[in-house]
Amino acid sequence: MAHNTSESLVELRRVTFGYGERVILDDVSLSVPRGKVTALMGASGGGKTTIMRLIGGQNRAQTGQMLFDGQDVTTMDQPHLYAARRRMGMLFQFGALFADLSVFDNVAFPLREHTDLSEDMVYDIVLMKLNAVGLRGARDMMPNALSGGMARRVALARAIALDPELVMYDEPFSGIDPISVGTSAKLIRQLNDSMGLTSMFVSHEIEQTFAIADHVIILANGKVAAQGTPQEVLHSTDPLVYQYVNALSEGPVRFHYPAVTVEDDFGDVADPSSQQFGVSR
Amino acid sequence: MTWYKPADVGFATRSKMADIGYAARLFFRLLVSFVPTFRRFGLVRDQMHFLGNYSLAIIAVSGLFVGFVFGLQGYYTLIRYGSSEALGLLVTLTLVRELGPVVTALLFAGRAGTSLTAEIGLMKAGEQISVMEMMAVDPIQRVLAPRFWGGVVVMPLLAAVFSATGVIGGWVVGVLMIGVDAGSFWSQIQGGVDVWQDVGNGILKSIVFGLTVTFIAVYQGFEAQATPEGVASATTRTVVVASLAVLGLDFILTAMMFTI
Repeated sequence: MAHNTSESLVELRRVTFGYGERVILDDVSLSVPRGKVTALMGASGGGKTTIMRLIGGQNRAQTGQMLFDGQDVTTMDQPHLYAARRRMGMLFQFGALFADLSVFDNVAFPLREHTDLSEDMVYDIVLMKLNAVGLRGARDMMPNALSGGMARRVALARAIALDPELVMYDEPFSGIDPISVGTSAKLIRQLNDSMGLTSMFVSHEIEQTFAIADHVIILANGKVAAQGTPQEVLHSTDPLVYQYVNALSEGPVRFHYPAVTVEDDFGDVADPSSQQFGVSR
Repeated sequence: MTWYKPADVGFATRSKMADIGYAARLFFRLLVSFVPTFRRFGLVRDQMHFLGNYSLAIIAVSGLFVGFVFGLQGYYTLIRYGSSEALGLLVTLTLVRELGPVVTALLFAGRAGTSLTAEIGLMKAGEQISVMEMMAVDPIQRVLAPRFWGGVVVMPLLAAVFSATGVIGGWVVGVLMIGVDAGSFWSQIQGGVDVWQDVGNGILKSIVFGLTVTFIAVYQGFEAQATPEGVASATTRTVVVASLAVLGLDFILTAMMFTI
C-alpha cells in the first residue's frame, strides 16, 4: 500500500455523523499530526469515541471524508478496511481483554492471527511488548485477576503487538488510581516517541493530558471548539473552552438538560411548601 | 383493544424481514466457512470438547431414565398383546428415530445453546467482539464459526449416546428387572432396526437439529443487546426459539422420512 507523506496521518474533512435524528458530529474537520500525541477532549457524549470508531471504520461517516494516510475509510470495502486496521491499534476504555485467554495469549492473539511467526518468535515479541508496559511478570495471569490499570496496560501491549502506525486510546485514565494515571500517561508518551507512533487519546484529565500531548482538540456541540498546542488551548478566550479547561460549573455548557419551565412541571413554586424540594427557578 | 397504524405495521414487517434476511446471510456465511474453520481444527476441537464433554452427563443420565420409563411403559402395553419380546425393538426404534435426536436437541439447547449465547453476548458486552474487529480479525470466522461447527459435529454424537444409554435403560428394566427374555430383546433389535432407514435417518435428523440449535444460539448471542438485560433475554430466546424449531422440524422430517 502506498504511504502518504503528508503531515497528517488522520484527517476528517467536513464529517457529519449521527444516530437517527441525533447529530453527534456536525460538519467536523480536524487533523491528527503524524508522529505526535493528540488529545481529544470535550464533554461526555460529545463524539470523541465516535471519531475513533470512524477512524477504525466501525462507524461510517454519513457525509464528508474520513482519511487515514490519505485514503478514505468511509468508502473502503472489507479487505481494504482490514488492511487499514492492521496499521492501527486501539485501546478500549476497559481493555476488552479476551476473558478466556491468559495475559500472554491475549498479547499473542494478533500475532497468531495475522502472522506465520514461529511460537519462539511470538514468545519473544510478546515478552518484549509486556516488558514495555511493565507486565512481563504477569504473563501467566488471567484477565479476571488483573486490576483495571493492569488490564489496560495488557490491552496496550496487545494493541502495539503488530507495531501499528496509529494507536488510539479511549479514555485511558478513567477509573484508575492516580499512580496508574501517571504511569499510563508516561507510557503513552514513551511508546509514541520510542516506536515512532502517532497517538491519539480521549481524556478528561486536564493536567496529565496537557503534560503529554503535542496537539489538543476540544469538541463541543458536535463541532471543534478549539485545536492547537496545549498552551494555545489553555489560553483560549473562547468561553466554552475556558469553562472546560478550568472545570467551571457555570458557562455555555449548562447544568440542566433542556426542559420545559419549572412552573410547567411543578406548578406555582412561590408556594413555600415547594421550597423544601429545593426547586430553583 | 389497540389499533396499530398501517405505518407501524409496515415498519415492524420491514424490520422483521430485514432480521430474517440478515440471519439467512449469517447462516450462509457460516455454512461456507466450513473449509477455513476446519483448517484451524484446534479451535473446533476446543468447542467440541466444551459443548460435547460438558453436555455428556446430562445427556447420558436423561437417556438412561428415558430408557427406564420406556422399558416399563412399553412392557405394560406389549404384555396386553402377548408380545413383550418386542420390547427391545419398541424402545430402540422410538429412541433412534425420534426421542434420541429430539430430546438431545432440546437438552443441548438448554445446556450448551444457552452457554453459547451468553458467552458470545458477554463478549459483545465486554467489547471483545469490537476489539477483534479493530484487530482486523473477522469475529464471524474466529468466534462464531468454530462454535457453530463444534455444535453441529457433537449433536449426532450426543444423540447416539442418548439412544445407546436409553436402550441400556430399557434392557435394565425389561430384562433384568421384569424378566423379558434377553435373547428376544436383542434379536428383535437386530432384526427390526434398519441401519439406513432408522439409524441413518435418526443421524440425519440430529445433524439438522445440530445446525438449527447451534445457529440459533450463536445468532442470538451475536445479535444480543450489549447489556446484562440484553444477554439475559437473548439466552431465553435461544431456548424458546430452538425448542420450537426442533419440534416443528421434527414433524416435517418425520413426515418426509418415514412412510408405511
